[in-house]
Amino acid sequence: MKRFAALYQELDRSTATLDKRAALVAYFRDAAPRDAAWALFLLAGGKLSGARRRIAALGELRAWAAEASHTPPWLVDASYDQVGDLAETLALLLPDPSQPSPERGLADWIEDVLSPVANRDEAERRAVIVAAWLGLPFEERLVFNKLLTGALRVGVSQRLVQQALAEMSGVPIARIAQRMLGSWTPSAAFLLSLLSTETLPSDRQQPYPFFLASPIEGDPAALGSIEDWMIEWKWDGIRAQLIRRLGEVALWSRGEERLDGRFPEVETAASALDRDCVLDGELLAWQAENRQPMPFSALQTRIQRLKPGPKWLAEAPVQMLAYDLLELDGEDLRTLPQQERRRRLEALLHAHPDPRLRLSPLVHASSWDEAADLRGVSRERGVEGFMLKRASAPYQSGRRRGDWWKWKIDPLTIDAVLIYAQAGHGRRSTLYTDYTFGLWEGDSLVPIAKAYSGLTDKEILALDRWLRAHTLERFGPVRSVEPVQVFELGFEGVNISKRHKSGVALRFPRILRWRQDKPAAEADRLDTLKALAR
Amino acid sequence: MQLRPEGLYCPAGRFYIDPWRPVSTAVITHGHGDHARTGMGRYHTSAEGLPILQWRLGEQDYRRHEYGEAFTLGKARVSLHPAGHVLGSAQVRIEAEGQVWVVSGDYKRQPDPTCSPFEAVPCDTFITEATFGLPIYRWPAASDVARDIVSWRDHCAARGEAAILYCYALGKAQRLLAELAPFLDRPVYLHGAIAVGVDVYRQAGIALAETRRVLDAESADFAGELVLAPPSAAGSPWLRRFRKAQQGFASGWMRLRGNRRRRNMDRGFILSDHADWPDLLRTIRETGASRVIATHGDTYALVRILNETGVAAETLATQFGDEA
Repeated sequence: MKRFAALYQELDRSTATLDKRAALVAYFRDAAPRDAAWALFLLAGGKLSGARRRIAALGELRAWAAEASHTPPWLVDASYDQVGDLAETLALLLPDPSQPSPERGLADWIEDVLSPVANRDEAERRAVIVAAWLGLPFEERLVFNKLLTGALRVGVSQRLVQQALAEMSGVPIARIAQRMLGSWTPSAAFLLSLLSTETLPSDRQQPYPFFLASPIEGDPAALGSIEDWMIEWKWDGIRAQLIRRLGEVALWSRGEERLDGRFPEVETAASALDRDCVLDGELLAWQAENRQPMPFSALQTRIQRLKPGPKWLAEAPVQMLAYDLLELDGEDLRTLPQQERRRRLEALLHAHPDPRLRLSPLVHASSWDEAADLRGVSRERGVEGFMLKRASAPYQSGRRRGDWWKWKIDPLTIDAVLIYAQAGHGRRSTLYTDYTFGLWEGDSLVPIAKAYSGLTDKEILALDRWLRAHTLERFGPVRSVEPVQVFELGFEGVNISKRHKSGVALRFPRILRWRQDKPAAEADRLDTLKALAR
Repeated sequence: MQLRPEGLYCPAGRFYIDPWRPVSTAVITHGHGDHARTGMGRYHTSAEGLPILQWRLGEQDYRRHEYGEAFTLGKARVSLHPAGHVLGSAQVRIEAEGQVWVVSGDYKRQPDPTCSPFEAVPCDTFITEATFGLPIYRWPAASDVARDIVSWRDHCAARGEAAILYCYALGKAQRLLAELAPFLDRPVYLHGAIAVGVDVYRQAGIALAETRRVLDAESADFAGELVLAPPSAAGSPWLRRFRKAQQGFASGWMRLRGNRRRRNMDRGFILSDHADWPDLLRTIRETGASRVIATHGDTYALVRILNETGVAAETLATQFGDEA
């Protein structure tokens, strides 16, 4: 644990990516393979404790730490309020050991101490955690808590970890990224196969790392001649890879989850193809007779259902709109130019017409001005704007700027009143940066959205100071504040929602502007938003 | 005591403590800018604190008092007692109408080689600062922090970088120099704004580590050197002279990672001239006060915990800052 805590500290201190990478390489070289495998799991965002495998719920951690540090629960809350990070708050409140416990490696902590008590009685789990706390010095106590609260948040991206592994092993980063997709068990054996320079049979079950587009800034005409670009509609669905290899089908979301079983329509369509391939595209809920897809909320009803029954298949039928072909007959096509991949994709799908697996159409425009006009009808078509793909570009991995751009339509906007605030995390901890906004219904404000981004650092500081002085009530880490400050929120759409108190759910809300010129009474009404909902 | 627009007022003695607007009689607890301001008719200060006020406020009508020596203002009997915050810092004891009040000013209980140690003064009502009024604030020993700073400097030296340590120019810089002295093998470089205050302390007879001004350095390369600078130097053109540098900050606020990361510091060193949570509670207990009034800081938690443990406590909203 000492070594992992030292890594954590180095990563947390460093602001330079190169230093972080060097620290990661040094750690992976040093650490025992079992420890390194768990470190990788955690750095990649893996969680030890969850609903199905409970080691400690956040509320339990608070209560146990309150008891172990003789701190009243309200004071734990007030402290958390200031720190903005639960793992750190509890580490700060707990006493330092007079005699630290003997050193135990990261893997031993997880496999021998924590995992065995998962899902046991509260008393049993508490005894283990409290005993651990009382034996660990501050830096290790902090990291230990981070394991339990499930977020290291140490400014290390998945890609940075993969770069470090590639640097130390000589295995290409693309292969490492591919092998890390999906769920895996952290073990010395996994690490060995991850860093194996050979091609492994299991490599054939993995999707490719997704290539992600960046939002375009400014005038697309700056991209050069429109002839060099391919234009597609930007769908508001689930980005997915549909894999058919040796006749077997797998479906992966961009969130690296296997979706197998959830969308049988699409899997059946893939089985019906007579060639192996890997398709990149968008899952959408779409009634065949309609010109546009159903709202995202319809698709959402399907995501959770492992084996949807006929009712769901009829109410929200799902299809895939494919826009890229990454592999055909076992051959990796990613280095081919976009337009060549597109040509082969069209040939493949034209040979096997199927309404459940369709081609995402190209939009043809002879100038950027004409493209801008076409983009104007996006909202009526139920899409978010355009994707611009350079005709000559290979399929890359991750968010690399330059060849794939999203050119979204301007967001819808509404003026809403700040009603609740909560402290942020990471470099925003100790500051109130997570805001809840409301709209008027009669004389009261109904919460309609949370938003975390859009303000400058300076505005965040000013708003933090204001809301500390204008708090009405505290509920744990959340404060309700005087309904005074108005913000212009941007969002991509509004869906009817039964799960929300307001009856509507915003898609991608964010803060566009602090309307210090506008009194709260003049903020928008809930009815205005409802009129936009679909 | 009352809170008036001009500041904290004692009606019996007709004087203000650390007023923020001009008044005729001011008792000053210490020289920090949010406590000592120009424009007062007459300044009562501790003898130890006089050179600090002369540095910060220039020539004024000063009345100097030894610690513990009583003097009369109006109907009040007043005396100043060491607060352990910075050189010359004082608590103000006021006896009037059979009641004893103590105004703590800023204070700390950790040992500090550059000023007289805090003295607990028994009283009925204790007006205490609460800058770090939460149990998450517990200070490590200053000598451990000094050792960490030196090993950071060595780490920077190995990478060919200067180690720029931001700290407040009055108090923190000098305390650092005194704490670092036993571990240093070469001089510490000072930003101009730090050097002035260091001279004031030296003239007062306080022993500090050997220093040089950044301006006087023969070579322009500060690789491997420790450099003290005020927080205002962060992000300023002054930094351009350092080819490669890491930046650290010495403050109680560095107890929280978020504060360090928000300031984009490579390192945070936890060194405060204010009482931490256990010392706030201990001090309140030692004064024996039956009533406690908490001023600057987040007073909510301190006031609530005192009330829950049977000490009447309330908050007074002052305009003192959170220099720490």
